[in-house]
Amino acid sequence: MTVSLQRDWPSALFERYELDDAFDEMFEGRAEVRPQYAPLYKSLLELGHEEMQRRKQALDLSFLHQGITFTVYGEQTGTERIFPNDMLPRILTRGEWETIERGLIQRITALNLFLEDVYHDGRILKDRVVPASMVYSCRHYRRQMGGVSVRRNCYVSVAGTDLVRLPNGRFVVLEDNLRVPSGVSYMLVSRQVMKRLFPALYQKCGVQPIDHYGKALLTTLQSLAPEGREDPVVVLLTPGVYNSAYFEHAYLARQMGTPLVEGRDLVVHDGIVYMRTTAGLRRVDVIYRRIDDDFIDPLAFRSDSTLGAAGLFQAFRDGNVTLANSLGTGVADDKAIYAYVPAMIRYYLGEDAILDNVETFLLSDPAQRAHVLDHLERYVVKAVGESGGYGMLVGPHSTAEQREEFRLRILDDPRNYIAQPTLRLSRAPCFLDGRIESRHVDLRPYVLFGDKATVVPGGLTRVALTRGSLVVNSSQGGGSKDTWVLTE
Amino acid sequence: MGFDGMMLSRVADSLYWMSRYLERAENTARVMEVQLNLLLDRSPMPADNRWRHMHALLGLPNPKESARESSTMVQSLAFDMSHQSSILSCITGARENARQVREEISSEMWEQLNRMYHAVRLADVPESGDSSLHDFLTTIREGVHLFQGITDSTMTHGEGWEFIQLGRYLERAHSLTRLVSAHFREFPHGPEGDQGTALHLERVGLLRCCTAFEAFCKAYSADPQPEDVAEFLILHPRFPRSIRFSTLHIASSLRAIGDISTARNRAEADRLAGRLRATVDFADIGEILSTGLEPFLRNLVRQCQLVDEALYETYIDYPIETALAS
Repeated sequence: MTVSLQRDWPSALFERYELDDAFDEMFEGRAEVRPQYAPLYKSLLELGHEEMQRRKQALDLSFLHQGITFTVYGEQTGTERIFPNDMLPRILTRGEWETIERGLIQRITALNLFLEDVYHDGRILKDRVVPASMVYSCRHYRRQMGGVSVRRNCYVSVAGTDLVRLPNGRFVVLEDNLRVPSGVSYMLVSRQVMKRLFPALYQKCGVQPIDHYGKALLTTLQSLAPEGREDPVVVLLTPGVYNSAYFEHAYLARQMGTPLVEGRDLVVHDGIVYMRTTAGLRRVDVIYRRIDDDFIDPLAFRSDSTLGAAGLFQAFRDGNVTLANSLGTGVADDKAIYAYVPAMIRYYLGEDAILDNVETFLLSDPAQRAHVLDHLERYVVKAVGESGGYGMLVGPHSTAEQREEFRLRILDDPRNYIAQPTLRLSRAPCFLDGRIESRHVDLRPYVLFGDKATVVPGGLTRVALTRGSLVVNSSQGGGSKDTWVLTE
Repeated sequence: MGFDGMMLSRVADSLYWMSRYLERAENTARVMEVQLNLLLDRSPMPADNRWRHMHALLGLPNPKESARESSTMVQSLAFDMSHQSSILSCITGARENARQVREEISSEMWEQLNRMYHAVRLADVPESGDSSLHDFLTTIREGVHLFQGITDSTMTHGEGWEFIQLGRYLERAHSLTRLVSAHFREFPHGPEGDQGTALHLERVGLLRCCTAFEAFCKAYSADPQPEDVAEFLILHPRFPRSIRFSTLHIASSLRAIGDISTARNRAEADRLAGRLRATVDFADIGEILSTGLEPFLRNLVRQCQLVDEALYETYIDYPIETALAS
C-alpha cells in the first residue's frame, strides 16, 4: 500500500519537513510514503499535535526516572545529561535488514581472521595486501599480543558497526568499532519505552524483537570460556560509577545476571583471576571488559592504571581467563586500516564485500594527500585512532582557520589522518518542538561473535538533532531513536 | 547455585556503610531536635554548655568556645561537609555508597535516598530558633524511617539485606552507648534518686533522644529514675533502640551472613558477636551501676569495634592466601 501526499503537506505537523537529494527514510521521491512507514504516517496524522507532545513528555520522563544519562567531558566535571531520544521509530524492511546482517557477519568474520593473522603469521602483510608499516604504526597495535592464542580465535566478540545510507539507498560502512563499543543499552531501553507509548502501532507493523540481546550476549561470552571450564563464571568489568557509560554497564550486568565488578574486586593469584566475594575468592572465567586496553593491567600496559588488575594480562596469555573483546583489536578499527577491509574480505573469504566502504583517502600516501589538501573544504578529515566524533574536520562546515589548522596537523603526522568525501547521510522523520522534521541518521547494529554470530535485528539509530548537522555522536549533540526491523 | 549466593566484598562493604551513614544521620537529627528543644526552656544549663553536651552525646570533640553560637553550631552539625558526622555528610556518604551498588538495591530504595539527598542539599540553612529547622530535622528522621520500610518491603532479605541490618545495629549500639555514657557523666545518678524539674527534663530528654519516652512510661512510670532509664536503654530485650536489642540483631545478622555466604573462617566473627550479645544478655543493672557504668559501656564499645574488625577480616578485607574458596 502506498499513501499519496498532496502537493501541500496535509498537516501543519510537517510544515518544516525538508526533502532534497538525501535519501529520506520515510518518503520516496517527493510524494510517496514508503510502504513500511505507511502505518506510522497514518497514525501521526491521526494522533495530532497535543497527543504527540504528551507521549514525548512521557518518553523523556521515563528516561529521567531510570537515570539514563551520560556524562559530558570537557564541560564542568561530571555534567550529567539525559540521553536525547526521538520518539519516531526508524523502520527497516526485512529485505534491507537481511543484506545488512549478512554483510556484518561477513565483515566481522574477516576482521577476526585479520587480527589472528596480524598477531601470528602476518600472511596478509607478507602478501602485501595490507602494508605492514600501516599495521605496526597503528596506535592500537599491541606488541604484547604477538603469538598469544585467543580462544576460538575470536578477538572481537562484540562489535558496533556504524552504517550510513547514501542517496542511492544503499547502506555502507562508515566505521568499525571493535574495542569497547557502547550504546546498546539505549537501544534496549528505548524499545521498552516505545512499546509502552505505541503499542497498537508496534503490533500492527510487526517488529522483530530485540529483548533477547542480554541472553545472546551471555551465551556468546560463555562460549568463549577457557576450555574445560564448565558452568563458567562471567563478569562485566566496569571502570566504575564515574564512567560515562556506567548506566549501561549496570544495565547489561542486570540483563545477564552477572556480577558487575571493578578492578579492585579482582585478584590475580598464580595466573588465575579471582573476584573477592564475601565467601572468599571465586574464580572468574570470562571478563566482558568495558575498559580500554591501556588500563587492563598496570604490569603489562599503563602502570598508573588503577582500573584493571595486576597480573591480568599474564592470566589471559596463559589462557586461564578470556577477555572480551580481546586486547589489541583496535588495530582492525583504525580508520586507515578500514580502507583495506574489502581487500581483507577478498583475501580471507574469497568473496566480495556485501557492504561497501566509504571512499577513503589515506593521507600517508603523497598523491592522495596532495589531492585532499587542495580540496579540504570538500572532505571530512578524521584522526585514525579517535572515536566519538572527536578530532574531526567537516570540510563544508569548516572555517578557513580550522582548515589551516588541520592542514598543519596532517602535514605533521600524515599517518594519523584519513579523508572521506562528505556524505549525504539519509534523513528520517523526528518529532522536534511540536513538529515533524527530517534529520540525518546513521545506524549502529551490534554484532555478537562467539561459537556463532548473532546480530539482534535493528540497532541504535543515531540522529544529528541539529538541523543540517551530520554529526550523530551523543557527545556532540546527537540523540537516538528506536529501530524497527519488520518481520515481513 | 548460580550467583544467588555470591556477593562481592565491595558490594557488602557499600551496603554496610550506606546503612551506617543513614543510622548516623538519623541519630544526629534526633539528638539535635531534642537538645534544641531543651535549649528553649529556661534551664540551669547555659547555652554554651548545652552545645558542649550535645557534642558529647554525639561523640564529637568539644567545639571551640568561640564557635558555640547557635547558627554556627547548627551549620556545623547539619550542613558542614568538612565535618564527617554532619547530617549532610552522612546522607551524601549513604548516597555515594548506594550509587556504587545500584544494581543490588531496589529502584525504590535508590529513589528514596536520592530524594532525601536532594532535599538536604537544597535546604536553606535554617536558624536554630526557626521552625524550619524543626521541619528539616523531621524530614531526615522520617526519610530514614521511610527508607528502612522500603528496604524491608522491596529487597530480598538475603545476604545484602543482612549487611544493611548489621550496619544499622552496629551503628546504633555505638551511638546508644555514647548517649548513655555522656548523659550519666553530665548528670550522674545520686544514691537517693533524682529530684528537681531540671534533672527530670534531662532524663526525659535522654529517653527522647532514643524515641524511648513513651515506651519507657509504659514499662515504668512517667517519673524516670536513673537506674530505670539506664536499665531500659541498655537491657530492654524488645525495645528497638536499646543496646541489648541492637546486640541481638548484630549477632543474628552476622550468623545469617555466615550461613548464606558459606565463608570458611567465620568462627571468630561469630564468637565475638556472641560474646557481645551475652555480655548484655546476662548483665544486671544493679551490678552494672555498682561496678561502674562507664567501664561497662567502654567495654561494649570495644567489643563492637572487635566485631567490626572481624567482619572485615572474614568477609571483606581478608588476605588472599587464606581465602581460595572454589
